[in-house]
Parts: sequence; C-alpha cells; structure tokens
Amino acid sequence: MFDTPKPSAKTLVSVRGLKMYFPIHTGILRRHTGDVKAVDDVSFDILEGETLGLVGESGCGKSTCGRALIRLYDITDGSIMIDGVDVGQMEQDALRPLRPKMQMVFQDPQASLNPRLTVAEIIGEPLVEHTQLTKPERLKRIYELMDAVGLNRRFANRYPHEFSGGQRQRIGIARALALNPRFIVCDEPIAALDVSIQAQVVNLLEELQDRMGLTYLFISHDLSMVRHIADRVAVMYLGKMVELAPRDALYDAPLHPYTEALLSAVPEPDPSLESSRQRIILKGDVPSPANPPKGCNFCTRCPKVMPICREVEPAFRELHPGRFVACHLYDETQQTPTAGRTGGVEAQSTPVQQGENG
Amino acid sequence: MLTYTIRRLILAIPVLLLISLIIFMLLKLAPGDPTAQMPLTIPPDVKEKMKEAMGFNKPLLVQYALWLRQFFIVEPLHWCDVLFGTHFATGLQRIISWQTRSPVFDIIWQRIPQTLTVVGMSYLIGVLIALPIGIVSAYRQYSWFDQIGTFVSMVGFSVPTFFTGVLLIVIFSVELGWFPSIYDTTLVVHDWASFAKQVRQMAMPVAVLALYNAAQISRFMRASMLDNLHQDYVRTARAKGMGERVVVLVHVLRNSLIPVVTVIALGVPTIFGGAIITEQVFKVNGLGQLLITAIYADDVPMVQTLTFIFAILIVLFNLVADILYGLLDPRIRYD
Repeated sequence: MFDTPKPSAKTLVSVRGLKMYFPIHTGILRRHTGDVKAVDDVSFDILEGETLGLVGESGCGKSTCGRALIRLYDITDGSIMIDGVDVGQMEQDALRPLRPKMQMVFQDPQASLNPRLTVAEIIGEPLVEHTQLTKPERLKRIYELMDAVGLNRRFANRYPHEFSGGQRQRIGIARALALNPRFIVCDEPIAALDVSIQAQVVNLLEELQDRMGLTYLFISHDLSMVRHIADRVAVMYLGKMVELAPRDALYDAPLHPYTEALLSAVPEPDPSLESSRQRIILKGDVPSPANPPKGCNFCTRCPKVMPICREVEPAFRELHPGRFVACHLYDETQQTPTAGRTGGVEAQSTPVQQGENG
Repeated sequence: MLTYTIRRLILAIPVLLLISLIIFMLLKLAPGDPTAQMPLTIPPDVKEKMKEAMGFNKPLLVQYALWLRQFFIVEPLHWCDVLFGTHFATGLQRIISWQTRSPVFDIIWQRIPQTLTVVGMSYLIGVLIALPIGIVSAYRQYSWFDQIGTFVSMVGFSVPTFFTGVLLIVIFSVELGWFPSIYDTTLVVHDWASFAKQVRQMAMPVAVLALYNAAQISRFMRASMLDNLHQDYVRTARAKGMGERVVVLVHVLRNSLIPVVTVIALGVPTIFGGAIITEQVFKVNGLGQLLITAIYADDVPMVQTLTFIFAILIVLFNLVADILYGLLDPRIRYD
C-alpha cells in the first residue's frame, strides 16, 4: 500500500491519524478549556531497516511524536501499528510485554539514567523484567551489550555520574538494545553531546543498525546529521507533518516552503558557496499549538502564502511516489506538470491522510 | 567516609565548646535569682552564704570552667564508676540541680523514658503515616486524596499543639471519656490490662504530635516525589517496560527518599528535646516538662545542662544526616 523506493522492505511501523493533545485546565474549577495540540493528525510509515529522520524546530512536536509512538503517552487518537500489532489504544499493562520490541534512546543522557543504579543494573533491569535469564547469563548479556556499544567492561559497577556525556549516551543505547528491539526511537540522541562525540555516537548507531537490522526514528534538529544518517526525512511544523520524502530528494528539491526555509538555514562548509547561500528568513513566531491558525498551520509565516491557505487546511498527500507534502501550492486546481502526472495514481491509492478535507 | 566522619567529629569539638560558652553566658545574662523562691523568713546573710555555696561569687570564667569540668570529666567518671564499680569520681562534685539538690543527670535519666515513649512514638508514627501519604499524594497529584492530604497537613502544620491537645482533651476525655487527660507516669506495664491503659493514656499526646510531624514530613515526601516523578530516568524505566510498581517504588521512591531521610534524621534531636508544650498539656513528666519547670525555678545548672545536651544531639544528628546522604546518593562522596 505504500509506495517505496525499495520495494523489498516491508512496513514495520505504520502511524495513522496520530493525535496527542495535552489538556489545558484553567479557572478555579480547573475546567478543561482547551488542548495543546502537540501532535495533530500525523500519518506516516517506517520501513523495516530504514532510518526515518524527523526534523523541525523546537516545540514542533517531534519528541512528543516519538514518545507517543512507543506509547510513553496515552495518545488522544489514532492508530500505531508496530510489526502488525496495533499498540495505539492498548492498555499500558497489555503493552508491557511488547515493550522489548520498541525502545527509545533519550536526549539527555544524564537525566535519563537513574543516578542510584550502576551501569550493570541499568542495562540489566529490563532483562530481569522481560526474560528468564539466570544471574550469570544476565551478566554475560550485560557485558555483550557493553562491548557492542564500546564501553569497557570494568565500568559495569560504576554510577552514571562517573561517565562523560558520550559514554552515558552509550549506556543509554546499550540499555535500549538489551531486549533486542526491532524499532528504536532516537530522541535527539546527540543534541546534548559535544560535536566531537556526536559523530562517534551516530556512527555507533549506524553500525548497530547494520549489524542488528534495527529500524530508527531519528528525531533531531541537526539537519546535517539527519542528512548523514536518515534514509527518508519527515519535516514537522506545529504538530503536523508538512513533508516526507526520501533524503536526497528532500534536500535537493524541498517542496514545502517551510522545508525550504529550514534547509536554507543549514550552514555550508564551503566558504565560496556559503557566501552565495540564500537564506529564507521566516518572520514572526511560531503560533501557539494551543491555538493554531485557521487553515494551514504555516500560513502566518509562509513566504508563499495564498488566500486559500488561511481558510482551508491542506491535506498531507503523496505528490510523487514516496514524496508526501501538505501544501496548497501543489493542489490539483493549480496543477504543475509534475503534479498532474501522478494525479491518477493518487486517486487510486488509499490516501494516507484522513479526516481532513483539503 | 570514615576519615570524613572522624574529621567532622573533631570539628564538632570547637563548635560545641562555642555553643556551651554561649549557653553559659546567655544564662548569666538572664535576670533571676535562684534564692528568690525561698521563704522570706531566711535572713539575707544566710541567702548570701547559700549563693556562695552555689559558686556565685567566683569569676565567670572560673564558673564556666568548673561547669565544663563537671560536664566533661566528673559526669563521665561517675557513669564509669556506676557501670564498672570503680571509684574515680569519689569526692568529686557532680552537677547538682538547685531545685532538688540531686544530680542533674539522675533526674534527666528518670525523665528520658517518658519522653522517648511518648515523643519518640509520635515521631515514629508520624513518619510511618507521612511517607505513604506523601507518595500517594504525589503520584495522584491534584486528586481528591492529594487535596485532602494537603488540607490535613496545612491544619497539622498551622494549628499549634496546645490547641489540638486541648481540643482532643475536651472531645475525648471530657465529652466522650475515652482517654485520660493526664498521663500517669507511675503506671507500670506488667500485664495486658496495664498495657491497654498505657496505650490509652499515650493515645492523645501521640496523636497530637504525630499529626504535627506527619504534616511536615508528608509535605517533604510529596515535594521530593514530584521532583523525581517527571525526571527523564522515570520515563526511561517506563520505556524499559518496567511495571508501574517497580517504576514508582524502586526508581522514584528510592531517589525521593534521599532528602526525606535527612530531614527525618535532623528531626530526631527534637524527640529528645521533648515536646515542651504537649508534655505540659498532657502532664507527661518528660524532658520538655523538666526544662520548663527548671526555667521557672531559675535552676541554672539544669537548664544549662539540658540545652547543652540538645546542642550536642543536634550537632551529632547533623553529622548523621550528612553521612546518610552520602550513603544513599552515590553522586555524593566525601573523600
């Protein structure tokens, strides 16, 4: 059902209409007066063995999306199929046995490790909960994992605060790997690290992916790093996905004006090119996710805004095979030649986006 | 850790000497005459002689040094004699209460059991009910349980014990007649009936003090739990697929207990300090009551010794709290 550049790969994670609203309670009676729409109707697929990069500016809902995906939140609406099981509306208790399949590497390697547990206890804890390993077997597995992420075995009885940031992130990765997951959400795993360490950790993640056939959702605001690691890239703005495309296509020819603006902000290492780089400076602030604008979420800052953008919300649809965008610039009514070519295909394939009329 | 403890203990000596000097000087500054309570029929020259016998005419520094000598040398030697049958302290003057003319430490020794049973029990019960209330209040923040818990602790915190004590007496002794309003120190527990009587006479003072202690500690516990509940490592534990019990009781609770345990340790000296007001209200003849009657009677050696013992306990339990902190939190190392 999903058009992919790699027809052999099957879909591992399939998200449809994911909504994560955080209620706002105000007044003396703390009545429910509104919602922060952190993730608002997002749909996408992640193929087995690929890395899907998820980018966007701060507060756009990337991390919430990642956490909701492995059900660290009770989501407001939508379905999340992971390896054929719909975990979207599952109770947390029923979900627990499925946790080994989906894991997460967190942004802050200091805060995400319990300061009172040793490294061995941190890595070994999920093994106690989810496996029947005996103590020596468990220790063996802990050592294996420490080897896999490049941590010295002698460190097993040390506490997290005794490590550097990069080492702590390795502990976090080892912990995530402990139960042989198939899908890992990497929530800005390198944002808190030194630049020199970032490359090490990203390379480690890539190496582990090759070795264990892992599937990543790689959340980051570092566009260069996403370009390096991701196979496909999704761009979020104010709780909605605005564009999803294979990496090279997206970086070479972004479709959505927001993606264009975002990519124009990436510094160019070559000074001669850097001087001629055209930056698209967006005016104004991101609207509040509690009160998004009518029509397209980006209409308040879009350089190519049209009257329709302020009225009608654009649908997130597949423009070319594998390239999704939510923008009125590519509406059928003002077809570009390329859009017309794929128009017929769109009509037949089940649209990914539901619930909204473009 | 051991070197740290020894260093702290050595450092405690000058601190305590300074405290003892301050206590001594403050009491000297305070107005009052130990012979003022005596019958007016005693002639003034006899009163002067009595004061002289108490050591009043000596220079202040000599008086201070003599008291220190009694506190740090004579008294320990005396206990040594009592314990091992030696005769080191024979003929040496112990610290004598001006009220009763008996050694201060003997009186303190008589009063400690009452204070420990009543105040100690109230502290224990206070802690035992405060911890679960704090944990549940934090876990279900803003729930009905939390709101009621907050209300009760605000009441326990802000309503003074002399009011709750009297209120309980009016309700449960006067109106209902369930509990005695006066604590009977002469009661000896030797069978179930006398045990039941002891429990009944302890119920009200313990309840008053436990409410007060629980109010404080449950707030600490709740705040500490809330600090930790939203930490990233708790999310990590959930992502690992740990059960909610393990997440809350192992990950959150163990980390939240660090500050709470130190607060509890710092509160222990107040047990020995007795509860001056509550002991007065219920007529428990513990250390608090001893202190207040000694103050009324200008019994300087008694007040001096009691306050100094409290000072020692506070210094000591500060150290205990710091050591506990180091033991509980691997991030803190003192070496």
